[in-house]
Amino acid sequence: MAKFLRNDLVVLAIFAVVVLAMPIWLQPLGAGYPDLLQRFAIYGIFAIGFNILFGLTGYLSFGHAAFLGVGSYAAVWSFKLLSLNVIPAVMLSIVVAGLFAAVIGFICLRRSGIYFSILTLAFAQMSYNLAYSVLTPITNGETGLRVLRADPRVIDGMLGVDAKGVLVTDLFGISMSGYSGFYFCAAMLIIGFFFAMRIMRSPFGMMLKAIKSNQNRMSYTGFNTRPYALAAFVISGMYAGLAGALLAATDPLAGAERMQWTASGEVVLMTILGGAGTLVGPFLGAGIIKYFENIFSAFNQQALNQAFSFLPEWLQDIVVGVISPFVGEGWHLTLGVVFMLIVIFLPGGLMEGFRRLGRLFTSGGNGPDRRKAASPAAQPQAAE
Amino acid sequence: MDAIVLQILNGLDKGGAYALIALGLTLIFGTLGVVNFAHGALFMLGAFCAVSFKKLLTLAEVTKVPSDLGFPVTKEVFYLEKWFGQTGLTIIDFAVPLAILISIPVMILIGLAMERGLVRHFYKRPHAEQILVTFGLAIVLQEIIKAIFGANPIPTPAPQFVSGSANIGEWLGLGQFVVYPWWRLIYLLFSLSVLAAVFSFLRFTTWGMVVRAGMQDRETVGLLGINIQKRFTIVFALAAVVAGLAGVMYTPILPPDYHMGMEFLVLSFVVVVVGGMGSLPGAVAAGFLLGILQSFASMNEVKSIFPGIDQIIIYLVAVIILLVRPRGLLGRKGVMET
Amino acid sequence: MANLSVKDVSKSFGGLMALDQVNLEVTAGAVHAIIGPNGAGKSTLLNCFVGRLKPDTGTVMFGDQPLLGLPPHRINQAGVARVFQTPEIFEDLTLVDNVMIPAFARRDGAFKLNALPSLSKQTDVRDHAEHVLEDVGLADSRNAIAGTLSRGDKRRLELAMCLVQDPRLLLLDEPTAGMSRADTNNTIDLLKKIGERGITKIVIEHDMHVVFSLAHRISVLAQGTVIAEGSPDEIKGNPKVQEAYLGGTH
Repeated sequence: MAKFLRNDLVVLAIFAVVVLAMPIWLQPLGAGYPDLLQRFAIYGIFAIGFNILFGLTGYLSFGHAAFLGVGSYAAVWSFKLLSLNVIPAVMLSIVVAGLFAAVIGFICLRRSGIYFSILTLAFAQMSYNLAYSVLTPITNGETGLRVLRADPRVIDGMLGVDAKGVLVTDLFGISMSGYSGFYFCAAMLIIGFFFAMRIMRSPFGMMLKAIKSNQNRMSYTGFNTRPYALAAFVISGMYAGLAGALLAATDPLAGAERMQWTASGEVVLMTILGGAGTLVGPFLGAGIIKYFENIFSAFNQQALNQAFSFLPEWLQDIVVGVISPFVGEGWHLTLGVVFMLIVIFLPGGLMEGFRRLGRLFTSGGNGPDRRKAASPAAQPQAAE
Repeated sequence: MDAIVLQILNGLDKGGAYALIALGLTLIFGTLGVVNFAHGALFMLGAFCAVSFKKLLTLAEVTKVPSDLGFPVTKEVFYLEKWFGQTGLTIIDFAVPLAILISIPVMILIGLAMERGLVRHFYKRPHAEQILVTFGLAIVLQEIIKAIFGANPIPTPAPQFVSGSANIGEWLGLGQFVVYPWWRLIYLLFSLSVLAAVFSFLRFTTWGMVVRAGMQDRETVGLLGINIQKRFTIVFALAAVVAGLAGVMYTPILPPDYHMGMEFLVLSFVVVVVGGMGSLPGAVAAGFLLGILQSFASMNEVKSIFPGIDQIIIYLVAVIILLVRPRGLLGRKGVMET
Repeated sequence: MANLSVKDVSKSFGGLMALDQVNLEVTAGAVHAIIGPNGAGKSTLLNCFVGRLKPDTGTVMFGDQPLLGLPPHRINQAGVARVFQTPEIFEDLTLVDNVMIPAFARRDGAFKLNALPSLSKQTDVRDHAEHVLEDVGLADSRNAIAGTLSRGDKRRLELAMCLVQDPRLLLLDEPTAGMSRADTNNTIDLLKKIGERGITKIVIEHDMHVVFSLAHRISVLAQGTVIAEGSPDEIKGNPKVQEAYLGGTH
């Protein structure tokens, strides 16, 4: 089985089937509607990209939302100036976010550890503050940047495509709202996943892991570590830019709040929750957070009372009283608690949890020998 | 000249808050080696100590009284007023400064609980995990406050008789226009005295000496057979009290809401980095410096030359400092460089 | 093949002279041991060679290339590899990965964005790495995580990481410290075996058994200066050396 999973195409095929079938298998979980599915795919891309930086090199960026925001603005500008087609928007966003990441990464990577985190945070906050103030001509400030009928849209004009009725983004005539929007995001997610997988299984990915493990040794081994880290930074910035473009494509509005540092914190949470450094962990984390955000924040006192109406009244009151601070408005409280528990008890994230569970089962069934084989860390040391 | 003095004054009270928070961050980082992302939450909790204390003082007896409308209307009378008359009202008026008294034990308890319950287990874990777990804690704390007090800022005014402005210009012989709200002046003096108290405590007591030695070289102090663990717990509590006091007294300047801590945290981290990770005087100096810089950057004359500078000045200074002088203004070499 | 020539290298920390006008000439292909009492400046000297420290004065030439002022990775790319006093390995990665990484550095240079080719297709590098692991006797645990190794094995792994690069100059900082007698002898045999490949080696060592089994020439460092240099036989009877070692104990 493990060998089977080492084949890139097999993994990609499984991933693609799971993602494309999300509308079906998420239906019973109450998440089978396009709006939420789009967010799964978009934040999945964001987290997968973030993981290339944080999961592989260990550089903890607290400013990645800046690239998401820049991607969104670039995409909306593409919708305004070029075309309502999403292809140029996506390409422009990736390029712009990549360039932006190259500049910021070049500066921030002159430091490591917490200094790096603070530098990225500082840049993201500067971008956020500027987007709200002097950059208003580009960002339209608090109102947010949106597509207007009067916009030039040069390419559309040349091709004679004219937006009829409501202004919606499209992919050669297919509207990017609803399920078609989801499938476009899903396709991008699958492509993004494919590249992330190739990167993780390439010599370059190995170097990034080595930087995380022992940067000193990397230097004394003959590697110039900075371009490696910068490449990882730019790649993850491009993923963020893509995610930002898709946010704009499914809802053509870009606001500065996307760049706030809480948004940067969210992608950190997603990656850690799923499992930093793992292939599917970040996507899993993004999906779980977006899913529960949606479910939990929809709950209110009434819904809770209904859900627990099978209990005797006094017990119902207690249960509802205990649960209600954690749902609805209080969803972030749940998120914070879960996140703390993960960092304290399961720093490897859910993927680490699954591995531990798997090990438990294999050792339970097959005795201790099997367990050693399953975990490289438990292998016997070489005889001296 | 007037304008410059005014801007310096305007920067000082904010600078005082930055300095107090940054001081605690640095103390915790220097002794325990922990990067505490929940420190802003402590500042916020301090502010809500004042809010709760005020709520407690203004508990009111609700009675129905007959009215001219022909039906009884509800009337609220503060118990304190009912029991003590004018004295009671004065007590209510002084809610914020009085809240200092209750905030100290409360913050000590919170600090002890945090250190014993959580932070202690992260001494040996990587900095990234310390950041993450305290970040999670900060979210939890602010959401709890939000659940209790709601999301809106709660105005918590200063006592009546210091609600006006001090005519500092006249004292300094600068003319009529240099006026400064009394409370902000009080805040400045308050933060300076807290800073002075903490520094003299660290400087002149043997207890403080050990802590400072621990900041220099933890292992050696541990080897001396001193129970460094216990002192670290107390250091954490001390830092929590300092942040809490900063928060209590800040409430008349900025009506507290649940996410004020996060905003101050981000800025305070920048302050710590600018001052130099692990340097107490650096944290204080950088706190005031950045506060003043921020207020200068928001002058119209400056803004017309560098549009938007007021929004980014602090971060810009941090970036420049980190790049040209990585250890900060007064920091030691090699702290946290990996 | 290149000589390493060290001229007038001085380094002080604060007011303390760690290295005082050190001169050293290491001939190509030789095993040159540097010995001396604790605190004599041996590791400081090695740190100057690999770019971890920058001396205050002096020059270090490797062949006709100056090494001073180069960043560590450039020095390595010039053919200098180092085994550290406390093993510097990639603790979270497998042994094979640990050895493949330096092999990539030799093959691809200081930076190559090799992001899309699959690792599993890099058979040349993998074969080379496994071969070297076999040489140092760690082939059986090639898929273990490096952090789980014993201290002695970590040293051997680090040696493999250096050897896989076919360095022209190998710096060994106490390669047998903390090893059992049997392990030490294994390491001596191993170093002798790779000695046949003609790699120039500088060895810092406290264990005189190791020094005298390996070294062609010995330099004695005391209080930051070279007090004696010569063949093992010349050093054995040298009264200055005796004085330095005995003088250092009280």
